[in-house]
Amino acid sequence: MSQAKETIEKETVDKVQSLAGEKYKYGFSTDIDSEKAPKGLNEDIIRFISAKKEEPEWLLEWRLDAFERWLTMSEPDWAMVNYPQIDYQDLYYYSAPKSMDDRPESLDEVDPELLRTYEKLGIPLFEQEVLAGVKNRVAVDAVFDSVSVATTFKEELAAAGVIFCSFSEAVKDHPDLVKKYLGTVVPKSDNYFTALNSAVFSDGSFVYIPPNTRCPMELSTYFRINEPNTGQFERTLLIADKGSYVSYLEGCTAPMRDENQLHAAVVELVALEDAEIKYSTVQNWYPGDEEGRGGIYNFVTKRGDCRENNAKISWTQVETGSAVTWKYPSCILRGDNTVGEFYSIAIGNNHQQIDSGTKMIHLGKNTSSRIISKGISAGKSSNAYRGQVSVHRKADKARNFTQCDSLLIGDTCSAHTVPYIETKNPSAILEHEATTSKISDDQLFYCQQRGLDAEEAVSLIVNGFCKDVLQHLPMEFAVEAQKLVGISLEGSVG
Amino acid sequence: MSALLEIKNLHVSVGETEILKGLNLSISAGEVHAIMGPNGSGKSTLSYVLAGRDGYEITQGDILLNGVSLAEMNPEDRAIAGLFLAFQYPLEIPGVTNMTFLKTSVNAVRRGRGEDEMDAASFLRFVRDKAKALRLDDDMLKRPLNVGFSGGEKKRNEILQMSVLEPTMAILDETDSGLDIDALKTVAEGVSAMRDAQRGMLVITHYQRLLDYIKPDIVHILAGGQIVKTGSPELALELEKSGYADYIGEVVA
Ligand SMILES: Nc1ncnc2c1ncn2[C@@H]1O[C@H](COP(=O)(O)OP(=O)(O)OP(=O)(O)O)[C@@H](O)[C@H]1O
Ligand SMILES: [Mg+2]
Repeated sequence: MSQAKETIEKETVDKVQSLAGEKYKYGFSTDIDSEKAPKGLNEDIIRFISAKKEEPEWLLEWRLDAFERWLTMSEPDWAMVNYPQIDYQDLYYYSAPKSMDDRPESLDEVDPELLRTYEKLGIPLFEQEVLAGVKNRVAVDAVFDSVSVATTFKEELAAAGVIFCSFSEAVKDHPDLVKKYLGTVVPKSDNYFTALNSAVFSDGSFVYIPPNTRCPMELSTYFRINEPNTGQFERTLLIADKGSYVSYLEGCTAPMRDENQLHAAVVELVALEDAEIKYSTVQNWYPGDEEGRGGIYNFVTKRGDCRENNAKISWTQVETGSAVTWKYPSCILRGDNTVGEFYSIAIGNNHQQIDSGTKMIHLGKNTSSRIISKGISAGKSSNAYRGQVSVHRKADKARNFTQCDSLLIGDTCSAHTVPYIETKNPSAILEHEATTSKISDDQLFYCQQRGLDAEEAVSLIVNGFCKDVLQHLPMEFAVEAQKLVGISLEGSVG
Repeated sequence: MSALLEIKNLHVSVGETEILKGLNLSISAGEVHAIMGPNGSGKSTLSYVLAGRDGYEITQGDILLNGVSLAEMNPEDRAIAGLFLAFQYPLEIPGVTNMTFLKTSVNAVRRGRGEDEMDAASFLRFVRDKAKALRLDDDMLKRPLNVGFSGGEKKRNEILQMSVLEPTMAILDETDSGLDIDALKTVAEGVSAMRDAQRGMLVITHYQRLLDYIKPDIVHILAGGQIVKTGSPELALELEKSGYADYIGEVVA
């Protein structure tokens, strides 16, 4: 009797687990030997990381300076998010697959277990496969915990003069570029998390596009957190020299774990005269389970500097993952006639908390910015758009258009809009539109009468709601993103 | 032969209020029935309960489609089973083009029936032909579903969906209201073209005009939540002259 009952219970548990697993299909972990720095954060850990990466003295000093500043700072508390106090001494700050110690020269030398991980994630690391698979080629830098595993199409890109490599390599091979631009967009002590990142950042991507060059393919970085109790602190630096163009995409996933994990990244973009950078993100870190257990704390600072005239930076983000998101990709419109754009879809389900938006800082003349934000809240999630548009005294004829729409599914979630608008120049023209709507039962019924089940109906309606943003994603990722929008809202109705 | 749609002693409540009070109706394959009745008599309620809308509770009786009870089925399964409702007030879905909606719908229904999804190119051709027959501009297929459509365009678009989905049992709730004279004719032609020996139709209307074109086999009068009279198409003509006064009294309290 009781044994039969036990079997049934076990089957039920397995079944439920397998269903949960389907919802977040990137939730597996890779069993691999890792080398970690001891737990905790102090100067020795920073020296350890720097030594591991064989960094020059100036960079170690830079890190130590950041750490000193961090010690004097405190965690920001103004965002509409709640999470337990993070114990920064209870984390690992460096973790790398042991096999990466030998610095594999080519993919043939990379641990097959690692390669299988990327295969399972659908990330093509073999260039031939990429060629056979899709029309448009995408170069990938794959970052696993604290190290870059592989970067594809390097030679072909190098032929065009494009540098695309891991941050650690850039420090070794292109120190002048790194030194010239590192920290010039996001100062070390910009905020608590940038100081932390500057002290302990492990790896990330580096991109340099030479003058008058159109990058011959999409560039992308794929971030994967694998080790438990390990923070990920990557750093991306992208420079588009005069008259160049690049489109860059980052993707992120992590295994399902019950404990929360910290991810505090910094992204710096520099666009020189007439250059254009298109930066897209599909953020799908593990969001935690239905009860709000586990998930990634995503505390990220991203900023682009349109440093010279006629530069343009465009951010597009699809944020579906993470337990807590704190993220405001911003543009500094320093040159005259510069353009900043921010297109965002932020989806919260279950217990996810999102506080995200942008800052558009108008400094130059005839600068214009455009913000389209689509926030979707379901389950017990909370979703805040926080945006700042500021026009400085000398920024004649600045223009901004902001459209900020919230969509609510069910009545246990919440949406907030927190716009800050400040202008010190009377010639500015600023427009702000905001709407909040709900998916109505009538709309759902109408779709169901046409054969769609409730989840398909929600996915269709939400995709329609997000359309203005989805169409700004590179073609290769738009379809994937559309599916993701549907998947991340599973269980939100019925 | 058993009927395609069989409604037996149907009692339906919305909240505390009973709206349908023992309604009986039987439609065989190949037949077109019309329902007329005063405002608030329960016509739309009948259409909603047939389609399985939430909040419309069957307290007594049953609905059978091809002998299978719909009572416990969710709306999408009824659609997959071949039931279609042209809404009195079609809904808007911003950002989703008419074409995308049609394709999603057709594929959902086909998948539900274990059929292959249609390939994009032949689907496009298929829909364009149907739209042309209903004098719906190609442009309308690219616009977000029903957003900014005129009243008449919305109604024509419902018929487009019907002709694309090819249901076995179609219910049209006041598809003629809000149509201009030419549009009424186009819609009526569209509906008539779908008349088929395998298909049943239930046309809810207030006006003889539509019935002039569609020529139903049987006309019912719905009043006070029941069918109070069933007859030939002449019944509709009679109503046009003398109104519902004679029938409202017949409702059993
Ligand atoms: N959700 C509801 N809650 C309360 N009463 C309702 C609801 N839906 C319908 N009713 C009532 O049920 C009755 C029948 O409504 P229904 O819409 O079915 O009428 P109808 O015959 O379609 O009228 P019309 O010719 O005006 O379209 C009306 O009195 C209406 O107010
Ligand atoms: Mg009605």
